[in-house]
Amino acid sequence: MRVRCPVCGLPVEVPDDVMEGEVVEHDCGATLEVRFEGNAVRLVPLDGVADDWGE
Amino acid sequence: MRCGSALVQVAVLHDIVRLEEKLLFNAFLNLGASLRRIYVKSSPIPLFRGGLSADVALQRCLSHTAAIESTFGLEASGIPVINSSFTLNTCLDKAWTASLLAKEGIPQPKSFVVFSLEAALKVASELTYPVVVKPLSGSWGALVSLARDEEELRTIIEHRMRLPGKESKAHFIQEFVRKPGRDIRVTVVGDEVVAAIYRKSRHWITNTARGGVAEAFKPGDEVVELSLKVREVVGGDVLGVDLFEDPERGYLVNEVNAVPEFKNVQRVTGVDVASAIAKHVVEVAKK
Repeated sequence: MRVRCPVCGLPVEVPDDVMEGEVVEHDCGATLEVRFEGNAVRLVPLDGVADDWGE
Repeated sequence: MRCGSALVQVAVLHDIVRLEEKLLFNAFLNLGASLRRIYVKSSPIPLFRGGLSADVALQRCLSHTAAIESTFGLEASGIPVINSSFTLNTCLDKAWTASLLAKEGIPQPKSFVVFSLEAALKVASELTYPVVVKPLSGSWGALVSLARDEEELRTIIEHRMRLPGKESKAHFIQEFVRKPGRDIRVTVVGDEVVAAIYRKSRHWITNTARGGVAEAFKPGDEVVELSLKVREVVGGDVLGVDLFEDPERGYLVNEVNAVPEFKNVQRVTGVDVASAIAKHVVEVAKK
């Protein structure tokens, strides 16, 4: 499916079985997080990676 | 997988879905568990009994704050959470971890907590330069600094003191351990060490998130015993225990991670860490 990038406005291709919370890299350089709104998929700029656990 | 006569209901609390979370979701489904994904950014977390239902929960939030606060919610409903709020809080705070491990005589790098530049300079004169300055919480090596002399220590502390937020007003200062270009990440699930890796780097920070290269490592008895002793102290069912190899003192526990990533562990060791975690989580539900 195609979702609009909130940063550059161009379409972003995401898989039909995408999960809420998945991270998508867009060609414009934006790192985006998948959110669900009802049946709709929305992308928001990723935040909060400074407060993390790691490997 | 059944708990008594019903399917085991597993809740997985998460924010960002990384490779680890996808592997875990699949592992739970392969076990036949009933999986409920709770995306904490859009799911209100009730803080009262009966607000949520599940037989067991696995905490996978990347955000420390979301991990701890949402765990409180599950625990309010009497749901066992892996890991518990006690373990999460302990491992989140490097001073708390160091304190608990020290009480049990577990070897660690020598560390101090300080609240001023004056105190930091006193610590450095005792430890001798270089010293490592860390935030009390955080991982991936973020905001970890090496002060090679007084000038650098002054710069680091003065910069940190001017950052907003109470967390930048306290500093964890640790001796610099001259490790052999690597450290060890031990993955503990339940009362077993399931896998371990070397994290090799020419840089003194060896986190794989900072470019450290993972290599399989077969832990000997000493590493296994030390890692399980750490687990006894901080609690927890899924832990990443980071060890340094000191040329004179042997293994030192550097940090303990309570929501560990494991994609590199799984990739280089071939151990199916996700399945090991999923099996253990389901076992906890059945107890």
